Amino acid sequence: MTSTTTAARTPHRPPKRARPRGRWTGWGFLAPFMAVFALVFVAPILYSLHLSVYRDQLVGGTSFVGLDNYRSAFTDPVFWESVSRVSLFLAVQVPIMLFLALLLALALDSGRLYGRDFFRISIFMPYAVPAVVAALMWGFMYGSRFGLVGNANDLLGVTLPDPLSPGLILASIGNIVTWQFVGYNMLILFSALRTVPHNLYEAAEVDGAGQLRVITAIKLPALRGALVIAAIFSVIGSFQLFNEPSILRSLAPNAISTGYTPNLYTYSLAFSGQQQNYAAAVAIIMGLLTMVIAYAVQLFGMRKAA
Amino acid sequence: MGTPTPTRTPRPRRRTAPSPLRPPRPRLRSRRGAGPAHPRRSLALTLVTGLALLYSLVPLVWLVVNATKSQASLLDSFGLWFGSDFALFDNIAATLAYDDGVFVRWLLNTVLYVVAGAGGATFLAVLGGYALAKFEFPGRRAVFAVVLGAAAVPGTALAVPTFLMFSQLGLTNTPWAVIVPSLISPFGLYLMWIFAAQAVPKELMEAARIDGSGEIRTFFTVALPLLAPGTATVLLFTMVATWNNYFLPLIMIRDPDWFPLTLGLNAWNAQAATIGGEPVFHLVITGSLLTVIPLIAAFLLLQRYWRSGLTAGSLKG
Repeated sequence: MTSTTTAARTPHRPPKRARPRGRWTGWGFLAPFMAVFALVFVAPILYSLHLSVYRDQLVGGTSFVGLDNYRSAFTDPVFWESVSRVSLFLAVQVPIMLFLALLLALALDSGRLYGRDFFRISIFMPYAVPAVVAALMWGFMYGSRFGLVGNANDLLGVTLPDPLSPGLILASIGNIVTWQFVGYNMLILFSALRTVPHNLYEAAEVDGAGQLRVITAIKLPALRGALVIAAIFSVIGSFQLFNEPSILRSLAPNAISTGYTPNLYTYSLAFSGQQQNYAAAVAIIMGLLTMVIAYAVQLFGMRKAA
Repeated sequence: MGTPTPTRTPRPRRRTAPSPLRPPRPRLRSRRGAGPAHPRRSLALTLVTGLALLYSLVPLVWLVVNATKSQASLLDSFGLWFGSDFALFDNIAATLAYDDGVFVRWLLNTVLYVVAGAGGATFLAVLGGYALAKFEFPGRRAVFAVVLGAAAVPGTALAVPTFLMFSQLGLTNTPWAVIVPSLISPFGLYLMWIFAAQAVPKELMEAARIDGSGEIRTFFTVALPLLAPGTATVLLFTMVATWNNYFLPLIMIRDPDWFPLTLGLNAWNAQAATIGGEPVFHLVITGSLLTVIPLIAAFLLLQRYWRSGLTAGSLKG
């Protein structure tokens, strides 16, 4: 009874009859996870840090170069162009997708839809479609040969802008990503709404609050945490954009360069260019950038909460 | 402190630990009616939301419709309606037979990666989440911080060094290269941690111990059945992740015999762009449909678990 903090932290002592449980028992259950985690997360990260401070040259072999790779990355126009491209993607696609998801979640939760479960399941369904299939499918639909864009051109006698052209390809990728994930985000938000205690709504009704007031005063505050999570996942997803541009490249080789996104750039550096050391440095910078932004989103969400 | 009450004190603390901002929530699986007390159905809202429904379903309809077309009628018929011929069964047969039935091989590879990768990932996450939720041990908080921090590391930052490590171990181009990295799901561990904290009462574990049950037996006979809904959720997440995995096998696997479906479909698609390659768009489309169907079926069967799982996810503040 000397200090409340130590009391709270002291593990509960089992009654005498129970078998004493070692302090390390928990580790026994956690060990398998941590062992594989060390192999496929910790070791590669350490190895990556190691790689990033060396350079492999045709003449002279591998040599220690300190932070040279990082310095090169900071002045690499291809890298920064790809970073600004995914930043633009993040700034436009993520708000649109989350706003749509928010509207849909509110519509589902309002209880005013006919066939709510049908809506919920159907809009969520694209999440089950592999990114490869989604990109192939949309890529075909975008095409002027046997795609819907081509059909529309023939039918209406017009020439729609080509979604696979350099000017529109980023928007077209944004559409694919939105299609895949709007239902997933909708479900995260909808689940958060479902945990709002019912009596809050009853109280609001007694107070004569309208639908809009219920949304702004009860539902949106209740969604804050879930929105922050959805935003963090979306930040990470945008910065790691790879599958869609990588697959659309075979349909639109002129619109998507090998350094189109940071991930494509690292991939082509490492596996086509054999510049594994430089690729490691680029990937580490990108990882740090992702963490900083994800953390900033979290801080922003928390500050709003206070 | 001599009273039995301390048994309960760790629980609310744990439940709120990941979300210092939020009050404790009602239990995960509680079901209630929709928001307002007596909503009236609205046709207008249904129609407007119907636009989003169309957006979600039209590409899937396109896929189904176009899987029924021969390569020739793919080019000359309207995309959202059937062509002059109905070639679905021919297409399926052709997809399964093309290139000595390599599609079946890819399907079996995918099933192997999903069963071993997602199954293993789920098992490790359940064990680990149970440990984090129900035991006090040195380094518990550090483990949690490290694992969640790792979730933000981009795939490529890991891919290059993992590839180099695995290639030195001689594991690239083998199923191990795809399965082993799939075994870790930080999000799955997190979900299980949240879920186990609420689903397994400490009193029950104590009771089992008093009855002389060892920790392992307690886990399998007492905890595991209570953890089943959370386990199903994590299994679905990891199944989708491994079934849809593209980047990892793209790096690790060069031999088409070990391709999963995603890599194989992309290879078929890219074939048309190569010089002298035979365009097989009808097979790409039919193959895509066959790739999607098992997951959508799993979704429809198990979708109710997702909601409880996602609710757990939304606990994080």
